[in-house]
Amino acid sequence: MAQYDRSRIRNFCIIAHIDHGKSTLADRIIEMTGLLTHREMQAQVLDNMDLERERGITIKAQAVRTVYRAQDGNEYILNLIDTPGHVDFNYEVSRSLAACDGAVLVVDAAQGIEAQTLANVYMALDHDLEVFPVINKIDLPSADPEGVAHEIEDVIGIEAMDAPRISAKNGTNCEAVLEEIVKKIPPPKGDESAPLKALIFDSVYDSYKGVIVFMRVMDGEVRPGMRVRMMATGAEADVVETGYFGAGQFIPCEGLSAGMVGYLTASIKNVTDTRVGDTVTDAKRPAAEPLPGYKKVNPMVYCGLYPADGAHYSDLRDALEKLKLNDASLFFEPENSVALGFGYRCGFLGLLHLEIIEERLEREYNLDLVTTAPSVVYRIYKTNGEMVELTNPTNMPSPAEIDYMEEPVVAAEIIVTSEYIGAIMDLCQERRGVYKSIEYIEAKRAILKYDLPLNEIIYDFYDALKSRSRGYASFDYELSGYVRSELVKLDILVNHEEIDALSFVVFAGNAYERGRRMCEKLKENIPRHLFEIPIQAAIGSKIIARETVKAVRKDVLAKCYGGDITRKKMLLEKQKEGKKRMRTFGNVEIPQDAFMSVLKLDET
Amino acid sequence: MSEPVELYVHIPFCAKKCAYCDFYSHPADEAQMDAYIEEVLEEISLSPFAGREASSVFFGGGTPSIVKSSHIVTVLEKLRQAFRIREDAEISIEVNPGTVTREKLRTFRKAGISRLSVGLQSADDAMLKKLGRIHTFRDFQETYRMAREEGFKNISADMILGLPGETPEGFADSLEKVLIMGPEHLSVYSLIIEENTPFYALYGPSGAFRHELPSEDKERETAHLADRLLESAGYVKYEISNYAKPGYECRHNEGYWTGVPYLGFGAAAASYIEGKRFKNALNDEYLALPYEECEVLGEKDLMSEMMILGLRLTAGVSESAFRARFGKGMEDVYGDVIEKYVSLGALSRDGAYLKLTPYGMDAANVVMADFL
Repeated sequence: MAQYDRSRIRNFCIIAHIDHGKSTLADRIIEMTGLLTHREMQAQVLDNMDLERERGITIKAQAVRTVYRAQDGNEYILNLIDTPGHVDFNYEVSRSLAACDGAVLVVDAAQGIEAQTLANVYMALDHDLEVFPVINKIDLPSADPEGVAHEIEDVIGIEAMDAPRISAKNGTNCEAVLEEIVKKIPPPKGDESAPLKALIFDSVYDSYKGVIVFMRVMDGEVRPGMRVRMMATGAEADVVETGYFGAGQFIPCEGLSAGMVGYLTASIKNVTDTRVGDTVTDAKRPAAEPLPGYKKVNPMVYCGLYPADGAHYSDLRDALEKLKLNDASLFFEPENSVALGFGYRCGFLGLLHLEIIEERLEREYNLDLVTTAPSVVYRIYKTNGEMVELTNPTNMPSPAEIDYMEEPVVAAEIIVTSEYIGAIMDLCQERRGVYKSIEYIEAKRAILKYDLPLNEIIYDFYDALKSRSRGYASFDYELSGYVRSELVKLDILVNHEEIDALSFVVFAGNAYERGRRMCEKLKENIPRHLFEIPIQAAIGSKIIARETVKAVRKDVLAKCYGGDITRKKMLLEKQKEGKKRMRTFGNVEIPQDAFMSVLKLDET
Repeated sequence: MSEPVELYVHIPFCAKKCAYCDFYSHPADEAQMDAYIEEVLEEISLSPFAGREASSVFFGGGTPSIVKSSHIVTVLEKLRQAFRIREDAEISIEVNPGTVTREKLRTFRKAGISRLSVGLQSADDAMLKKLGRIHTFRDFQETYRMAREEGFKNISADMILGLPGETPEGFADSLEKVLIMGPEHLSVYSLIIEENTPFYALYGPSGAFRHELPSEDKERETAHLADRLLESAGYVKYEISNYAKPGYECRHNEGYWTGVPYLGFGAAAASYIEGKRFKNALNDEYLALPYEECEVLGEKDLMSEMMILGLRLTAGVSESAFRARFGKGMEDVYGDVIEKYVSLGALSRDGAYLKLTPYGMDAANVVMADFL
């Protein structure tokens, strides 16, 4: 095994608010350290999935190792661990941070500190990381690097006057960032002779090698042939290969020792055996205790996924199983809906996670899906003393059996410029927020803190926040617990038939409003039939809202002679095509879009 | 012996294009018209179906009355040479009150044309102006009188309802002015706002004057009022938009709805014969160009066409005719669809016929789409 001087290793991550330039800076670092030439770079090497590039967010953690010859004449190994950039993946972020010794904080010179900046910095400081700031996008006309430097010092309390002022996009002054990494971030600690302890910060499934475990070795060493054990799951396997991360490729090496970042493969079949946050140890000489901080993440948001065409049920199952290979946090189990047939109840870390999975199923697996309203996990305390977790509104017990219910709440931080504070406070109020505090971070910007029910933010809170602040508000949250709440199950009846897939649980005080808007939205989306269709919202047997889709009055081609039969037939074909994309309930045809559209009820 | 065919000739010229029209038609000078007639004559002489018996001829447009009457006579002569046009054949021509003269009417009659279809559209001059028509109601009355004088015993008038600013009463007035004249046949069409017309810009989905169009409810009220007025004046509604005194149904058009083969000559003219439907290019020099559309119809297409075209007729589709043609019953093929719409009150079984109910006629597309 090649000897590494641990003092020449730097394990770090880059943290930033979305769009502040994290991935662009990562690209520059990879390029400058000569790992790839500019031409070889596909823009943003670390964001592998098309979806990640399109949305500009990192979904899975990635890592890359580069070698940098510093101004002191020495070569340093820089391990960059890229962290996911969304609150849904907070736990993964925390594990990635735990694998690092320092963090580069990128702040946009025009935008200043945003909610995710703060959330990430606090998390990094919690993990005792050395954090130093970099002010990016100094090429923008509206850049104010001095102002932003002051803001960083005032709000976060870290030294920022000497922070490198860079443009990652143009490559301006990025060398200074590399020098800072070498000077400011400490080399890894650890005891090479102690029993193996390595932190798993991600894993991916490869059809040839099995699961590839991404890890940071804290103590001891790991090499091929060694039998390892995952301390939380108990899974054991023989290491086949160890290695480190090239740009977009895995480079095998003889072994990994304390302080190093790399991967191992051990013919592991299932990513659920190698959970993020778990500790890899030597099965023969196990560590006394695992690394701190492991937890099994539980889905926060559930919804039903159904194939639009029932015949594709098994395709959906295969696709979910394949996605699950790479995503231990995805949960699914079969469920059966009167309205939609056979499908799956799926659990996700958050709404973004849900959307990503949905999009991947549709794009990568070519599935046409019907998605039911996302739901959070409610706790139902029954009169018989039992507590059940409710993930599907259909399973709600009858009111007589319920003593009381609880719903999850989050602690939210919203950073907003002063002119929109009123609008955002109104929004939080409407969403049943409990005001905590307001704190000005500079003359014109404040941090608003609210406790908000999770079910109020999973639908369209983010969109509403953006539209009411003209894009100036940023937002971050973490789950803070469960509180007692008045909740009811709202059912939707179309032509007097209950559509189970449209049922959802709602705060009693909002039921009327929500039911009314659901009915209105469905009215817009259900085409006219030959008969009148009542659309009703009901709590139990009580109807609380009603709309009516009027019957077709006129749908006829006045003229049809020899010369236009072909064309007129095409018009009818089109009409028929439209019908194919619908689901039939009783004798009412409901377009698939209707299911999704009722989930987006806000003003937009 | 093969079954008789129907013959159609398209004359794509107009003095001026109407604001709602999306047919292939345009203004032209005399030389263009002469050249076009040559093209049509050549097409007839090249027809691979020459020698067939023909049961009807229809000159449509555009405005067939805009060309020299000798052109119509020449084309008709050519058709008589190429096809065996039956003695009792219905021979129709569309005329515009603004372009037809007594001389033309006389020539048409002499050449054996038996039926006139006069484009009136409205008896309200203000409305005619709005539509971009080149004639007044007075012109129509004049044409009508001359046609009677020249011996035409079968005259039809075309009208449009659902026009911008129209009320049911206004339309009824207009209709009554026509009914009092006693034409044998009337076509009453609902206005369709077609794309690529001046009307589309004004009254289309984003047109500034869309609100002037009668609401769907008003439009249907007008249509139902028209049904009643025509019925009480002795006309029988025999198709979604067509009414005739008994025995004066347009045989040529009935052929389209009952699957009679037809041959179309001229730009944009369609033919349907031997299981194929094809349409000439939308160009005056169409002979050198590929077909605009061409469909080969399999049994499934033929069956669904028999249903969707046949249901346009108030008589409906004959169960025995369907069985005779396809060797199975309508119910065997479309049982579920028929059941569904019968139970919804859009179709009715009337002895040996399946037909649309009056409500089914208003919502015909919904029903027909399910027969595709």
